Amino acid sequence: MSHAGATSAEALTVHALTSAAKDVLEGAFPKLWVRGEVSGYKQYPSGHWYFTLKDAEAQIPSVVWKGSTSRIREKVEDGLQVRAYGQLTVWPASGKMQFVVTAIEADGEGLWQKRFDETKARLEKDGLLDPARKRALPRFPRTVAVITSSEAAALRDVISVIGRRNPGVHVVVIPAAVQGEAAPASLLAALDRLARWVEGGAEWRGVAIPPPEVLIIGRGGGSREDLWAFNDEAVARAIAACPVPTISAVGHETDVSIADLVADLRAATPSVAAEHAVPVLSEVRDLVAQLAGMMADGLQDRIEVGRRDLDRRADALARRAQLVVERRRARVDRVAARVAQQGQRVVERRRGRVETLGAMLEARSPLAVFARGFAVARGIDGATLARRDAFTAGTPFDLLLRDGRVRATTVSVHADAPHLRTDV
Amino acid sequence: MTFEQTLSRLEQIAASLDRDDLPLEDALKLFEEGITRLREASAALADADGKVRTLIEQSDGVFEAKG
Repeated sequence: MSHAGATSAEALTVHALTSAAKDVLEGAFPKLWVRGEVSGYKQYPSGHWYFTLKDAEAQIPSVVWKGSTSRIREKVEDGLQVRAYGQLTVWPASGKMQFVVTAIEADGEGLWQKRFDETKARLEKDGLLDPARKRALPRFPRTVAVITSSEAAALRDVISVIGRRNPGVHVVVIPAAVQGEAAPASLLAALDRLARWVEGGAEWRGVAIPPPEVLIIGRGGGSREDLWAFNDEAVARAIAACPVPTISAVGHETDVSIADLVADLRAATPSVAAEHAVPVLSEVRDLVAQLAGMMADGLQDRIEVGRRDLDRRADALARRAQLVVERRRARVDRVAARVAQQGQRVVERRRGRVETLGAMLEARSPLAVFARGFAVARGIDGATLARRDAFTAGTPFDLLLRDGRVRATTVSVHADAPHLRTDV
Repeated sequence: MTFEQTLSRLEQIAASLDRDDLPLEDALKLFEEGITRLREASAALADADGKVRTLIEQSDGVFEAKG
C-alpha cells in the first residue's frame, strides 16, 4: 500500500497536506445549512466578516467573504441565532477548518425579530400605534406625494393606477433609497422634504403646485432584509409625524413592517395604496351630480314645506277673520234689534200720545158739538152770535149745523130759556 | 378651498337643505352657495391635467417640481 507521504522520502509539503485535506472535506460535505449562534463577530477593513458559529458543545470558525456580504440583509451580531449556508473547508494558511458562509437567515426568535419587537414596544409606549391617532384619508386629493425609489416598479404601478383612476390628480415623487445601509437616512430626508413642502409650498415653472393631501410611502416586494429600512424607528417616527395622512405599502401582503404599523393606512402593495389614495373620477363625477340633485330636491322640498306652511297659516288667518266678522255681525244684529225695538216703542208711545191728543182735539172740536145736535149762529159778517143781545128782530143770520148752513132771520129775542140754565 | 373641502361643503349644504326647519331665506342662500361650489367642483373635475413630477430641492431650500 502506497499513498502520498507514506514514507519519509515521500514527505508532503504542508501546503500539499492542507490542500488535500481541503479537497477531502469539500468532497465529503457539499454546501449545506448549519444552525448556530454568532459569536466574536468582526468586520475587517478588508470587508470580510469573521465570527464563530457555536452551540453549547462545539464551535467552528466562520467567514463571509466581502463579495457575499452585500447579499446578506440580516444584521449579524453576537448572540444572533442563525442558519448559515456555506461550504465547510480548510483554510490552508492557518490549517484550521473553516465554514465559508454565503447566506445567513435569522433563526426563529432572531435578533431581527427581537429588534422589531423592541422598536414596536417603544413606539407603542409613545402612543404612536394607537388606532385612535389614525387619520382619515382625504377622499378627493388633488395631489398625491409618493416616497419610493424612483427606479422601482412600485412607482410605475402607483403612477399607472392613479392615472387610470383619475388623470386629473397630480403625482409628486420624492425619490428615496428604499434598501441598503443608506435607506433610512434617505427616507428620513424625503419625509423631511415633504414636511417642508407642505409648510412652504413648491413651484413648477414658477406656478405653485397644490400641496399633497396624502402620502404613499413604500416599496415593492423583496427579502425581509430588503424591507429593513421600513422597520427603522426614526423612519417610523417621521411617518407618524407626517403633516398629511400616510399610506404605507411595503413589500407584499404578508410583510408587515413598523412603517405599516404607524401609517394611517396599511396597503398590501403600492398598487393597492394608489387605489386607496385616489377615487375613480367617474365616481366623483357621479357624487357631484348626486349632490346637485340632492340640493335641488332639498330646496324644492323646503319650498313645498314653506308653501304648505303658508297655506296653513292663510287658512288659520281666514278662519280667525271670519270668526271676528261673525262675532261683530252678531253684535250689530243685537244692537239693531234693540234699536228697532226701542224705536218701535218710541213710535208707539208717540202714536199713543197722538191718539190721545187727537181724541182730546176731537173732544174739543166744535164739529163734535154739532154732532150732538147743537148749532152755532153767525152773523152775516161771520161773527159768532153767542149772546141774545147780538140778535135783533128782522136781522138775518146763519146757523152752522153738522152738515151745512141755514140762513135764518130773527123773529124775536127772549131772555128766558129755562131748560138751559144751570145757574138755578 | 381644496377640492376635498369643496365637496365636503357641498355635502353639508345638501344635508342642511334636507332639513325642514331651515328658514327659507337661509335655504335659498345655501342653495346659491351650493351652486357656486358645484361649479368649482365641476371645473376641478374637468381639469384632467394631472402631472407626474419629481420634487427637487434647490440649493436655497426652495422646492421645484420637475416633470
